[in-house]
Order: sequence, then C-alpha cells, then structure tokens
Amino acid sequence: MSQNIDTPFRTSLLISTMRVIVRYLIIFLVAFVLFGVILLIAGKDPVLAIKDTFSSTLRSAYGFSEVIVKMIPLIFAAIAVALPSRVGLINIGGEGQLYMGAWLATWGALTFSPLPPWILLPLMMLLGMIGGSLWAFIPAFLRARGLVNETITTLLMNYVAPSLVTFFIYGPWRSPGNALYPQTVDFVPAARLPTFWGTRVHLGLVIDLVLLVWYWYVMKYTRWGLEMRAIGGNPQAARRNGIPLTTYIIMVLCLGGALAGLAGMSEISGIHGRLRPGFSPGFGYLGFLISWLSGGNPIGILVMSFVMALVTSGGDILQINQGLPFAVVNILLAITLFVVLARPSFWKGMKA
Amino acid sequence: MSLLSILGVISSAIFSGTSLLYTTLGETIDERAGIVNLGLEGVLLVSASVGFAVTSQTGNPYLGVLAATLAGGLMNLLLGFLVITRRANQLASGLAVMFFGFGLSALIGKPYVGARINGLPRFIMPGLSSIPALNSSQFKFDILIYLVVPIAILIWWLLFRTRWGLRLRAVGENANTAFAAGCSPQLIQYQALFLCGLLAGLGAAHLSIAWTMTWAEFMTAGRGFIAVALVIFSKWHPIRAIAGALLFGGAVAFQLLLQASGIAISPFLLDTLPYVLTVLVLIAWGGTRKHAAPASLGRVYQGTE
Amino acid sequence: MDHNGLGSLRLAGGAPSTAPEKGNPKVIGNSLAMNSMARESTVGAEPLVALRGITKAFPNVLANDHVDLDIYGGEIHALLGENGAGKSTLMKILYGFYRADSGRILLNGEPVSIRSPHDARDLRIGMLFQEFTLIPAFSVTENIALFLPDLKAVLDIKGIYHRINVISERYNLQVNPQAMVSQLSIGEQQKVEILKLLLSDARVLILDEPTRVLAPHEVTALFRVLDSLRKDGYAIILITHKIKEVLECADRITVLRGGRVAGSLLRSDSSEDKLVAMMFEKELSGLQVSPKPALDSSVLPLLELRGVETRGEGAETSLKAIDLKIYPGEIVGVAGVSGNGQKELGDVVLGLVKCVRGTKFLFGQDYTNRSIQEVRKSGVSFVPEDPLTMAAAPFMTVLENMALTHSRRYARLGGLAMDWQAVKTDVEDTLEKLGYSFSLYVPARSLSGGNQQRMVIVREMTHNPHLIIASYLTRGLDVQSAIAARQALIQARESGAGVLLISEDLEELFTLSDRLIVLYGGKIVGTFEPEETNIYDVGHLMTGSEVQHVSKY
Repeated sequence: MSQNIDTPFRTSLLISTMRVIVRYLIIFLVAFVLFGVILLIAGKDPVLAIKDTFSSTLRSAYGFSEVIVKMIPLIFAAIAVALPSRVGLINIGGEGQLYMGAWLATWGALTFSPLPPWILLPLMMLLGMIGGSLWAFIPAFLRARGLVNETITTLLMNYVAPSLVTFFIYGPWRSPGNALYPQTVDFVPAARLPTFWGTRVHLGLVIDLVLLVWYWYVMKYTRWGLEMRAIGGNPQAARRNGIPLTTYIIMVLCLGGALAGLAGMSEISGIHGRLRPGFSPGFGYLGFLISWLSGGNPIGILVMSFVMALVTSGGDILQINQGLPFAVVNILLAITLFVVLARPSFWKGMKA
Repeated sequence: MSLLSILGVISSAIFSGTSLLYTTLGETIDERAGIVNLGLEGVLLVSASVGFAVTSQTGNPYLGVLAATLAGGLMNLLLGFLVITRRANQLASGLAVMFFGFGLSALIGKPYVGARINGLPRFIMPGLSSIPALNSSQFKFDILIYLVVPIAILIWWLLFRTRWGLRLRAVGENANTAFAAGCSPQLIQYQALFLCGLLAGLGAAHLSIAWTMTWAEFMTAGRGFIAVALVIFSKWHPIRAIAGALLFGGAVAFQLLLQASGIAISPFLLDTLPYVLTVLVLIAWGGTRKHAAPASLGRVYQGTE
Repeated sequence: MDHNGLGSLRLAGGAPSTAPEKGNPKVIGNSLAMNSMARESTVGAEPLVALRGITKAFPNVLANDHVDLDIYGGEIHALLGENGAGKSTLMKILYGFYRADSGRILLNGEPVSIRSPHDARDLRIGMLFQEFTLIPAFSVTENIALFLPDLKAVLDIKGIYHRINVISERYNLQVNPQAMVSQLSIGEQQKVEILKLLLSDARVLILDEPTRVLAPHEVTALFRVLDSLRKDGYAIILITHKIKEVLECADRITVLRGGRVAGSLLRSDSSEDKLVAMMFEKELSGLQVSPKPALDSSVLPLLELRGVETRGEGAETSLKAIDLKIYPGEIVGVAGVSGNGQKELGDVVLGLVKCVRGTKFLFGQDYTNRSIQEVRKSGVSFVPEDPLTMAAAPFMTVLENMALTHSRRYARLGGLAMDWQAVKTDVEDTLEKLGYSFSLYVPARSLSGGNQQRMVIVREMTHNPHLIIASYLTRGLDVQSAIAARQALIQARESGAGVLLISEDLEELFTLSDRLIVLYGGKIVGTFEPEETNIYDVGHLMTGSEVQHVSKY
C-alpha cells in the first residue's frame, strides 16, 4: 500500500524543480563570467571557446552522444556522493572506489570470460559494486568508531587505488601486445556493455537512470530514506529516537562506494573494453562537485551531470583549439562551487 | 649498501621532506586556530607554479620564492573568506580551493612546462665541510632546508610563548571563551590562515624551485593531504612535525632507493607507500590523537560545526 | 569562621581605583591588605552595587519584576530561590549578558550602564558560571593569562606564576599553575575560575550555584576561600538553592520567588523554616485528579533500577545508588532543582546514558546494555525538554517526524514504502484525544515552540506506550495545552501505563504523582506519597536539608 504523501507534496515538487533550474542558471552565469575573465587575462578567447564547444557537442547527433557518454560515469559518481551526504557524510573517495570497482570487475571479466553475457555482465556489475564497497569500508569503519573523519581517509585512499590498479596492469594482467601503452587484454565481447544506435552510448546510461529513480524513491518513500533524512537533519535527535546511527553510517558509505565502483565498471566495460591506467579523468571528484552543486537532488544530479559533461567537452576543446591544459576546466568548476558555498543573500530561500 | 647510498637516502629524505615540513607547520598553525584546510593541495600547486614561473621569467630564484610565498598566502585568504566570513562548510570549501588550485596552477604553469631554471643554490653547511664523508654533493642543501628547523622552532615559540599564540590556540579550543576574553576570533583565524599560506608557499617553492626544479601538472602528488595527516600524527605540535616529515620524506626516498638498487618490487606498489603509511598511522593513532586535537576541530570533523 | 551577622562592612568603594583601571593586581593586594588593617564597621554605609527596580521580561515569562538589591563590600550576599525564580537572570543583567527592560544599576551610588560582559569586567564585576569557561587543554596559567587585562606580547610565564601564587596563597586557592585543567578535579577547576576573576581585577564576584558540583569537603574549602575574600573587602554574591549552605556562610540573604523579592534579611534573623516558607509559598490550585486505581504491587514493575550509577562528564551530574521501581498504572514524580540529576535519570532509562554500575530492568527483563531502539520497541516513550534539538528533525515535515520513533510499524513491503495514511490516522486520533491542532505538512522547525512540544507529546503518546518518561513536559506550554498534556498522562495511567514525570513545577508534581521522589546531588533523598508530605518538606529536600521520612516503598 505505497502511498504518496498527497497533494501538498505534488505541488512542491513543481516548485522545487523550478527553484533548481533558476539556481543553476544563476550559478553558471556567474561562474562563466568569472571564468571568462580569467581566460581573457590568460590571453585566450572565451567566446570562441564557448562557440567551439557548442558546435562540436550540440550541433551533431554524434557530438551530442559523446556528451552523453561523458555523462554516464558522472551520474554514478554523483549519486555515490549524494547518498552518503544525506546522512551527513562526505564521500570524496569516489575516485579510488571507482578504480577498485573497475579492478574487481576486470578480474571477473578475465576470469569468467567463457560465460554468456547475461551472466557475465551482471556478475561484473556485482563485482564492481563489491570492489568499490570494500574500498569504502575502511573509512566507513573509522568514521563510525569516531576515530577519523572519512574525508581524509577517503582522499588518501584515492591516491592508493590507481597505483594498485596500474600495478596489475603492468604485472599479472598485462597484455602482451602493446608495449607502448600498457593495458590489459581486451575483454571478450560478452564482457562489454552493449551500445546503442551506433554511438558509444552504452547500457550504463540505462543503469544510471534506473539508479536515479531508485535514489529518488528510496529517499522519499522508504523507511530507510526517512531514517537517513532524520540522521542528516539532526543526528542527536535521531539517536534518541532509536535510529541506529552506526549501522547507517557504515552501510550508506559502503553503498556509496558500491555505486562509485559501478562507475568504474561501466567505464571499462562500456567504453574501453579493457583496463587502462589512469582511465578516469577525475570522475570521482566531478561527482563530488555535481552532488554538492545540486544539493543531492536527483533531477539536479541529472542536469548537472549533463552540464558537467558539456564543460569537460569544452575542456577538451580548449586543450585542442587553444592550447590550454584540460585541468583549466577545474577553475570553472571551482568557481561554481565557490558561488554555492559563499551563499550570496538571494540564495537563502533556495536551499535544497 | 654503501655509506654513499645511505647518505643518498638521508639526503633525499631531507629534500623530499622539507616541503612537507613547511606545509605541515603551516597547517599546524591554522588547525590550532580551528580551521582545517583540505585545499592545501591546490594552494601548494598554485604556489609552486607561480614560483616556478617567476623564477623562469626573471631568472631570480629568490624572487620566485617570494612570489610563491605570497601566492600561498593569497590562496589561503580565499579559503578564509569562504570559511570565516561566509561560514561555509570547512571541508567542502577546502575541496573547492583544491579544484581551483588544480586549474589555476595548470593555467599558470602551462607555458613553463619543461623549462629549465636556476634553482636555489645549494651549499654545504659551514662547519660540516671538514668531515670528508659528508663532503659530497649529497649533502649540499639549499637555504630553505637550512631554515626549516629554525622556523619550526620559531613557530613553536610563537604558538606557546607569545600572547598572539595563546589567543590563537584559545580560538581553536573554544572561540566563545576566546571572545569572552576579548579576542576577535575572526581576525585571528584570518591571520592564522595567511601565515599557513605563506608557509605552504615556502614549501611549494622548495618543491619546484629548489628540489625538482621543474614544473609539471599535479606535481605535488598529494602532499597537501599528507600534510593534513601529518598534523594529526604530530599531535598539532611543530617540533614533532619534524620527525613526521622526515619519516614520510624517507618513505619517498626509500622507494627511490629500492628502485635504484634493483629490488624487484613494482614501482607502482612503492608509489602507494606514503599514503598507505599515512592511513595506517591514522588508523593506529587517529583515535588517541583525537583527544589532543584543538577542541573546535573535533566539531568540524563531526560535521556539527 | 566568623559568623558575626554583619561581618565587617567596609567601603570597598574606598579601595584603590574607583575608576575602571586595568590595575596591577599586586597593587590591589597591597591596598586590600592595608584596608584589612583598618577595619571599620559602618552601618548604613552605601552599597557597592545597587539594583533598583530591575524588570526583565522574556516572551513567556516575567523573569524579574521590579527587583531591588543592595550589595555591600566585604559581605557574602546569598541570592536564594528555586528554578525560575529569576536569580540567574538578575545576575546576568548585572554581568551584562542581558539588558534590563527597566531599572537602574548603581555602582558606588553612580548610575552605570552595563551593555556587555566587557563593560561589567571594566567595572570590576566578575561572574563564575555553572559551566566553566576554562579551556581543558590549557594549563592553569594559560587559562588565567588569557583573561589578564595587561598581558604582555611575549608571555612572562614566571611573572604570571608569581602573581597566581601570591593570590592563591592569600586566599587558600592553592592549585598547581602548571597543571592542565583537564586533569584537575572540578573543585580545583573552580579554584582556577576564581583565580581568573581575582587576577582580572574583579572586586564584585558573582558565583552561580558554585557548590552544585562540589563534594562536601570541597564546599567547606570554598567557604573558607569566600570568607578570606570577604575579609579583604570583596563583595560576593552567591546564587544558590541550598539553604543549609546559605545559613553557614552568607551574611545577608535575599529570597526571590517568581521574579519578585520575597524578602531580604540578615543571616542572624533567618532560619531554615523561614527561608523555605519564603521560597515556596504557593497555593495549590485544585487540579482534578481522579482517584487512582489500587495498585497491585505483586505485579511486575514496568521499570526497575537497582543501584544504578552513572558517570557524568565534566560538570554533569553523576547518579549514585539509584533504586527505583515504577509499577503499571502509577505516575512517579521526580522533584528537584534542575541540575541535580533529573536529565541523567531520564537518559539512563532511555538508554542514552550507560550504567556504570547497577542494573536496569524493563518489564522484567535486563535492559542494562540494550540500545535505545530496543528500549523504545519494548514500549517506552520519551518526551524531552527541548523538542527541536532533542527530538525532532527540523527540516522534515511534522508528519514525517511523527513516524520516526516507530518507523518499522508503518513500513510496508519490507520498508519500501511508508503507510502515511496510517500515520495520519494514528496521529489524528491522538490529536483529538489531546485537543491539539497543528498542521502536519509543514517543516517541524516552522512550528512555534509550544507546538513543537505538542508535536513531540503527540508522537510519544501514540502507540500506547507502557512507560512514559516525561521530562519537563509542560515547559513552555500555555495553560490549556498544559492541562491537556497532563490529562494525557492521566489517561495513559488509567490504561495501565507507568509514567516517570520529571518536573520543576511542584504543583504539577503534587497533583499528578501517585508517588514522589526527590533528587538532590544525583541521589534520591526522599520517597513519599503526596498525601504524606507537603511542599515545605519537599522543598527542604530539594535544597539539601534532611527531612526524616520513610515511605513504605
């Protein structure tokens, strides 16, 4: 007997969507202007950059599909941060968790290659989730025991995971062929997520959308979402009301890790078809930004991930056309976060 | 293992650890005032790139060091604006500064990738040159290295023997009590952040101008976070930070040594050594250290700040 | 100790600096020493501090109602009253935390304006709060140094040691200047607080319930200190509810009741009975309570605490040797001045605070180490005193808050969905019973304070609790709602539940309780049925005197 909490909530859904849209418009307007100024100072042409970005991404169907391709891992990574944030945890370890998810999924792909795709793919997904979850367990445990804040531990572990993965790529899993660019052997076709319409957009998108709905539904309608929001709102009161804080902390952070692990798995299975060193240009961090900017709101995550994908495409353009390093994009992203954090006064009513 | 290679490890440890120590000292100061700076990585990168760029442009490494130091101070003031004036979440603000630093440093450093500079001159400490064993190029250090320990002592004195330091520590323990005693917590926190930025800038300058004498994107490789962990490890005490920085500098150097001596451990696994060590340290001592932390930091970490 | 009624009245206003100067404490020490060599007893001398017509109103209550108070130098003046009498508020006005709505403050006959604690300290008024403003990680010296008005840029630690030692020698406040405050006992910490006041040049010392956290021998030591201070001309104001102590050390006593001065007398003119009468004079208005059903004590008690002890942190009260039983169908009232262990008692039953010793039985089973979730599941409800910080998630709607304590009950499909209709029905049921009304769909924090409390009451009374812990249930409620809340408790009792009613409203306790216990200093100092006792006896117990009374429990 699943019940919606009747009309007052339906109208507020519309209002909150409107608020979300206006909020983003303002953030990005301010950020783009500031970023444009910085580009000008650096002697580059911001207007040209924007034009180039749009023409390569939104003018053609293929260009658009490439943006979607970039968006897929971002959504995973964003939910991986958003979910723990609802209980007040900061999961900045998405990067490490996605590498470990990719790693374990690769092991599955290499070890179980004879299996048919409808068994192998779900198995790899499961392995990806387990890998990411395990990587999140140590910080979760330390936080639950009150020993160390998860922010630092997850950050440090972000530096360990890629090296670990690279070790395996150069070592036991090395593909004999390619001496110049080490990577694993190609995955069997059964281990590849299917793509659509001749583009590189793969099944990960579908999983993404399902997860978004799942996230929205859990937080809004289930008992666990209710208790999680109670913890996020007032942990002391939640404890007095009998909600088991420790259990939730560990479970939710591990769940976040699992989702980040899925991001890793979907990238290597959907796009690359093999495990390459450094395959992530910072998805985990971008996911953090997206989650923070969207206030953990599912629709916001979808929109912001798309925008972020656009921006990173722009970063590529900047690099190619104007000779700027890709990392410059971080300036824009940082400015948007600054604007949110500095909470200018017209903001006050819009807190998600 | 020859004396030379042991000296080599020690020398590498000192070179590697100096920038870490400066950064840790800076972070100690502002954590003692109650602020955690997770954006140190970004601050270091910007300072390193600015210092390198100025050195490359002017040919004067001292100017470069000066520029790097100032850049660090300014970056930290940015964090201060968010955290002190706008009362934003410290952890998120730090990460925003980190991203900003990633991008800004890449922008600034781009024209100078692969450039060669005259780094800070290295010399052997007067008095040691008479010992033949030490009189090798291994033991020639630059001025920043020689200064780091005296500076650490100076900071200890500043924190524990002056009125300013007393008030700063009071703000970090309990801003309300400090306010009741007539301090202005906001002003003190800004000062602490600025000083931290200056020191981090010094550390970054050492990294790019004095030690590696190069610029590469993301060259600080997580030192900013290791510094934050080191502050915990050294119980927020400037003198203990010296040992910590040496230890971690040593881990990096040890890794180089292993590689050089041809022992067959994958370089990638060795790469993880400093970070794994840090996490282990946090696991082992994070709990007990918690009680040594300035009281209001605890609230930051709990998220109830 | 000199128990002479008037003590030695001295114009402390004649002490060295009348103008607010940041003087060297050594100078004061010397001058006071000089003063003590020339003692005068001047009757009718002008008070050092005079409060005239102080009135202060808060949204719900008139805290001070035209209060007059005279404080003389060289005297210990006790400000006596129970909770809510207005003593703390009055002193906070003197110390600059609050501004009075009307009235004047005079220092040495001159009107002064005190707008902040800085002003008060400039006027050499110092206050020692119940919660110490010490930094545990600092040493004694550092804590004192922080507040020194003339601290040098480079710390002269030796110099400060010396100053500390001079003063601590003189007034029996010995404490190791190098020790870290976190290692000191509460009594020693209090000494540091006093040293802090003295060294920052205060000459009027306000002490807020200083003996609440002290052991008996520490209380004696404190009084010795106060006596030596008094002899040197300091004016000391002692806020307290403990009559015995007042009679032991004060020179002059002012009793506040309900925001007004109930009386002001010299110690020589006062007695325990007189003071209790002044503190507690109330008419008991009749609240109709239906005769309670006969108790069957062969039935299993709902709650049993055996020898329960807790360890309070810092200035929190520790419970000691608590033996308590609550049977079905009875309301057990807990009387006592706030801060004597009531909060801890409620928390230990809930499971938030661990028993260091002793056992806790709920419904016959050992629940000593069980989680709060299990305690609640067994049928225990809890209404705390501060709804928004202690019981509610502020940004969630009222309806959502209602489901928090028993979320499993309303979960469907194994937790995938919540049956909000059922929540609504249950809540509306209770709302009707209690006669409350508020919106269910707004965020909890947008409700008024009174409605927030009502929201929590409604939540906790739903689900037919077997044991209700009500902590300051009607605080902040208007008369109507308070009556309805009490009715709810009575209804609960009639359906066989048990209630632990913690309250500071003696009238409420007397009319509702089937049994009354009094907490003092973390211990149960008396157990009665209300018919066996009266407000005065309970007042005695609440303020630390002993009343010989043994109940059949």
